[in-house]
Amino acid sequence: MNGIALKGLTTRPAQAWGGVRLVPLVRDSPIEDLRLDPRIYSAYGVVDVGVRMTYSTYIPHGFVATWTSDGSPAATYGTQLRAPGTPERPPAHMPLRFHHRMARRTDKNRLRFLPLHLALEGYLTLHFGGPEIMWEEWSHRAVRQGLSPRVEEAYSGAAITGLEEALRVFEIHHGQCGVLVYVADALAAAFVVPHPADYRVLHTTLVNDLYGELIYHYGVLSPPVPDFHARLDDTRIRSLADLRSQAREQQEAWARFHDRLMAGALLDGVYTSGTVYDLGPYRLSRLLPSFERRRENHLAETITDSSGTLAYLKTFRLSENQVRRGHLLSTLAAADWHLADTATALGITLPALVHRIESAGFASLLRQDVRDRYRNPAPETAAHRP
Amino acid sequence: MRDEADLIAAEDVLLFVNAAITSTGQREFHSQGGGQGLSLDFLHHYLLGNYRDLYAASLALDVNDHNAALIIQNLLCTSREAKDPRAEGRLIARKLETLPPQRVYRLFRRLRRARVNNRRTRAIMRDWLAGRPDPAFDAVKYRGGLKDAVRHIHLSLDRELGTFLFTPHRGGRYSAPLMNAWVRAHFAQEAIYELPYTVAEGFAAKHGVKRSAFLGRIEPRLTRLERLRLQGSGGEAVRADLTAMPLTRLASYVLSLGLDERARRHDELVEALRAAARRCAGGLAGSWGAVSAVLDDSFSAYGSAQKRRRPLAVALACHYLLEALASRYTPLWLSGRRDPLMVRPYGATPLGERILDALETAPERLVIVSDGWENSPPGLAGEVLRVWRTRLDPARACAIVHLNPVYDAAAFDVRRLSPTVPTAGIRDAENLVALVELAGFAEGRTGLAELRAHLDRRVADFLGEKT
Repeated sequence: MNGIALKGLTTRPAQAWGGVRLVPLVRDSPIEDLRLDPRIYSAYGVVDVGVRMTYSTYIPHGFVATWTSDGSPAATYGTQLRAPGTPERPPAHMPLRFHHRMARRTDKNRLRFLPLHLALEGYLTLHFGGPEIMWEEWSHRAVRQGLSPRVEEAYSGAAITGLEEALRVFEIHHGQCGVLVYVADALAAAFVVPHPADYRVLHTTLVNDLYGELIYHYGVLSPPVPDFHARLDDTRIRSLADLRSQAREQQEAWARFHDRLMAGALLDGVYTSGTVYDLGPYRLSRLLPSFERRRENHLAETITDSSGTLAYLKTFRLSENQVRRGHLLSTLAAADWHLADTATALGITLPALVHRIESAGFASLLRQDVRDRYRNPAPETAAHRP
Repeated sequence: MRDEADLIAAEDVLLFVNAAITSTGQREFHSQGGGQGLSLDFLHHYLLGNYRDLYAASLALDVNDHNAALIIQNLLCTSREAKDPRAEGRLIARKLETLPPQRVYRLFRRLRRARVNNRRTRAIMRDWLAGRPDPAFDAVKYRGGLKDAVRHIHLSLDRELGTFLFTPHRGGRYSAPLMNAWVRAHFAQEAIYELPYTVAEGFAAKHGVKRSAFLGRIEPRLTRLERLRLQGSGGEAVRADLTAMPLTRLASYVLSLGLDERARRHDELVEALRAAARRCAGGLAGSWGAVSAVLDDSFSAYGSAQKRRRPLAVALACHYLLEALASRYTPLWLSGRRDPLMVRPYGATPLGERILDALETAPERLVIVSDGWENSPPGLAGEVLRVWRTRLDPARACAIVHLNPVYDAAAFDVRRLSPTVPTAGIRDAENLVALVELAGFAEGRTGLAELRAHLDRRVADFLGEKT
């Protein structure tokens, strides 16, 4: 499956607050056999979630909790999917060491997202492993460690102007299982879970989530976005039944408009998917966007069932710079990390490619002598830079 | 030109009345406390500067205590500008009689801090203090407030009261037992149970009396509202007769209980709410014909940490009151819930759909209780009401009114659904009948003359009725 479809979910009218517009997604029938890990519930003080043996569980990427037996905080690394009745073994995680001040906060056993840089680094290393064929130009480090550690910048939701308030005043629908976050009507993130109870627990965590630089700037600069007001054509209305059918049409027209136009770039985008894990009817995949420049590019993790119903979705919108880097990396990967082939694919010379790799921040991946060799003849980069 | 100015004046006054009924300067779901305070303050000064007589007359309407105190303060601060000081003075004096004493003492303190000490202020304070039924009780319960007021207006007290206020421990024995009890309470634990609850609470802490033991013995001294407040925390010792409680407060109390407890005490609570509603409806019970109500229990009805569940409590109280007023009643909660006692603020606001449901029941009267923040989809309620009024019911066979418990600070008014349907602010469901009448003026076609006549009538009633 190459793409994201909001199958099983209905779009409901957006709720705008300041520059932020939140579009609720409602599930007609909740998915009962895949639920948030009970440990996340108990971290929020919710205990009664039924018998654990009867459903598979998932843990979203980047959740910090005491996963291990020694009680130290750790963050999940990549979204986890587990079978029902799995013994309480810790999920794939990264141990965290906090500074003094942060450590105090973890004492309360409160759950929250990973510190920003770790989460995003995790994302990128999950999606890009590094060179697979050891062409001689690549440094030993690049081969041994891949792109790690990669530092990408992102903003916490708390830094996005108006997002926190918009999430606070948002009225969660009955049966709501997801939300699309727009800042200045640019899609910032999409979030879908299998069950309304999971959504209620995770709704407020959207403010601890990651958003790209673009979203941050839109948040600062955006004037309040207007509501899409309902309009009825009163010349066609003769009775209450007409009034009702027109009201329903309004609802459907909005859903169509939203799915086609507002979320179009997310839903129509071409993705390269990698299946991470199959569990019963559920499949956890990581999706990479096309890295086509000057359009929306979303990294995504999805869980879908065999019929294609979307059970879980989490996206991160890349900024323009990240798209460029991603474009470079994906072209490298497509050419099996062979430099000359990549240069041909990009339509530039080898020195220009090396320069581009350097300026994209991947300098340490290349051997020093390779870089030196291509630096002396002045690179003709200016004309080729995107 | 004249007419237009009149219309604007009428609109301004209604705007202010709506604000003064709903806003308490506290935080609401959608706006912060500071914004509410600023917005309200502007309206007060605007009215005071432009329509001083109407501003004073609004004391006769059901403005809330917070705003009543503000109005009085503003009027007294600018005494010199009064055109008809006598009328103002009568209104102020009458309003002070109806305000709770702690509010009045707080107002006096504010006047003192603002250094307002004109002759009128002194006279009004003196008369109010002279009218207090039991000065000894005030001297004990509102000691600080009374002391400040006396100091402020240089009131000469009788010897005993003066001694008690300013040098209490040098007075020997007082003639009032309450004052003696207060002096003894400083060292004798027994004496604290003769004092009013709020005073005794301080002494109990001082003597380290256990809370349960204290509540058990102070119980006969509790006022009605203190008793209601202690229902949750007080335990068995302070069981109250809920049927005697005021309707909206009772609704607030019911909503403060968990769903389990509400289910367990279902019949008792419903009976209490119905009794309170019947008492409110009085002679009007059953006289409203077929009524449908659209009641807002969306998440925003939670209000804020300061006004917890207030909008929902108002809706719940309105539900029971309308049930008593109507001969055929159809309640429609936004969530679709059937049992009003189990409502909780959760979910979106599909107001338009519910109004359609309500109109289908062919009511004579439709009452909408909502904060006006519609989002599923936004603006549908306004469109439905507009089409209903212009196309389907141009003769106005069905009277529609929107009551809004929340003041929107940014718009300087309560949020409206549609220009074709009048909106009035509401704070206590008890005032519903009067507000529905007042909302009639908000349709935009009644001029200042009618509004003035209405206000004059209300003022005359207000001054005429004696407590």
